Amino acid sequence: MSKRSNKSFWIAFSMVSAALIIAPLVLPEFWRRFLTEILIWGLLAMSSDLLIGYTGMVSFGHSAFFGLGMYGAAAALLTVKPANLWLAILYGLCGSAVVAGFVAFFATRLRDIYFAITTLIFSQIFYVIIFTWTDVTGGENGLNFTRPQLGIPGIYTVPFTPELLHWFVLAVVTAAYLILRRITHSPFGMVLQSIRENEARTRAIGYPVERYKIVAVMLSGLFAGLAGVLYAIQNRFAAPDFVYFVVSGEAVIYNVMGGIGTLVGPIVGAGFFLGLRELSGRIFGDQFPYLIPVGLIFIAMVIFLPQGLLGFARRWLNR
Amino acid sequence: MDAIGLVWDWLATHRDIIIIQTVNGIVTGMILALIASGLTLIFGIMDVVNFAHGELFMLGAYVGVVVLAFSGSFWLALVLSTLVVALIGAALQITTLRPLIGRDPLNTILATFGISLVLQNYALWQFGPVPRKLDEPITGQFVLFYLAYPWYRLLIALLSGAIIGGLYLFLKHGTYGIWIRATTQDRVMAQAMGIPVPWVYTGVFAIGAGMAAASGVLFGPLIGINHAMGLDWVLKAFIVVVVGGMGNLGGSIAASIFVSLLEAYAAIVVSPAQAVIVSFVVLILTLLFRPTGLFVPTPK
Repeated sequence: MSKRSNKSFWIAFSMVSAALIIAPLVLPEFWRRFLTEILIWGLLAMSSDLLIGYTGMVSFGHSAFFGLGMYGAAAALLTVKPANLWLAILYGLCGSAVVAGFVAFFATRLRDIYFAITTLIFSQIFYVIIFTWTDVTGGENGLNFTRPQLGIPGIYTVPFTPELLHWFVLAVVTAAYLILRRITHSPFGMVLQSIRENEARTRAIGYPVERYKIVAVMLSGLFAGLAGVLYAIQNRFAAPDFVYFVVSGEAVIYNVMGGIGTLVGPIVGAGFFLGLRELSGRIFGDQFPYLIPVGLIFIAMVIFLPQGLLGFARRWLNR
Repeated sequence: MDAIGLVWDWLATHRDIIIIQTVNGIVTGMILALIASGLTLIFGIMDVVNFAHGELFMLGAYVGVVVLAFSGSFWLALVLSTLVVALIGAALQITTLRPLIGRDPLNTILATFGISLVLQNYALWQFGPVPRKLDEPITGQFVLFYLAYPWYRLLIALLSGAIIGGLYLFLKHGTYGIWIRATTQDRVMAQAMGIPVPWVYTGVFAIGAGMAAASGVLFGPLIGINHAMGLDWVLKAFIVVVVGGMGNLGGSIAASIFVSLLEAYAAIVVSPAQAVIVSFVVLILTLLFRPTGLFVPTPK
């Protein structure tokens, strides 16, 4: 990457972050919450972009990682007193890492659609387990808990205000973005991209492709779990609905709408999707299922705009 | 008492339920085979993983409900629903899948996933979340050993078998069936011989959709019909198609019955919701040890 484009990247990056930092101070309550939610779903979408966009593996099972992050956070917040934010994150990451390791071990042996179907089946397995294991997971009702406080328990803590929560989510998502960007620009990320471009040749050069794929799935699962923890902290509950495969499908939709293989694109896609959902609610009323218009737009984008919004914008700017 | 004696004892005390579950498993397996053969046909010929297959199944059941309410005839509902959903399938293929021919197969997964979202939510909006009931055309029962068993379930299995058999004969001997097989073997050559390949694709998708609809109507009386019923079945059908070997008709039928029997037996011990996991495990084991499918001959 040239020095100049690097500089313009950092300028754009600081401008967007500054806007996002100021946003909760000027936006009304509803839109502030909306923005926080976009960031969380954007993190989930970004994590699956590491697989879809960079490694060329479409995962339909990210809800399992996301949901286990949620339930991991719930476990920490319900069992350990006083509630500890960092422990919740740690538990959530451990939960999703275990699941991701399990899924990665089996699913990476398969390619293309077989990988997609296997990840989907795995997420359904975890859904069934969580749904039916009522004693531990609360079954259909899920688990409710109180939001932990920010800070180090016993030394200094402040309760989360909506603004503080937004900034906290923003800080985590930004850090995750920078880490993911570093990963994709590293030699490791280059190998992942070469797997996407030509798996046989990558193997012929001598890279242990399977090992790279396992690490990629596990990394992706970790970040998806982090998104789950953030969502659990924001909404103070963990529910089996979020392990259901629809969440994975939505993560894929965010990617396609925003533009795969760009990392920023999925966040844009999440914003676009949630914005459309809101718009549909305003136009057709809340009773009308928003997925009808959003689904139609999604199909049209798959056909006519396969690079997504960001890819389209980039091409339009370069014209 | 030794282990074998314990097992024997358990079998003896559960004999009735085992017999019932065996028959149930075979009946469910035949319905599953009907859904899965449409799915495997579409995959084998078009290279399209049809995520919307479960929704076509669901839509078929709903069209059946509507036609039955109007006409009062179950068999008319079955035929009309098959035709209507086949037409819808053809329209879907022309509008969304045809522009994607020649692109990465991933795009077709995404497009059919979009279709499934739209159809599912359309059904939710149109028919509401309350499950509908489809009345059985035959309510009689017969005595299986000494247990009463509804005739209708047996009829479903026979009809599914007949439809699949008809599909097989059509593919084997019908002119259009031969076109379809030619397209599978070599698309470019088939086109060079004058076969209208895009229309073959449309036809195949329509046949698959029609079969899904027929199974929806046939199976409707045994379950409540709601907008979300498609997902369970499409997942099972995926499992069966992979276990039976992708694009292999006979294999997916054998796998349907195998998986359904396993699930039926598992439902004796655990709750039916958990019994689903058995088929998931079968799939994972298959993918690990025999990824080409259980019911295909070992490639030489």
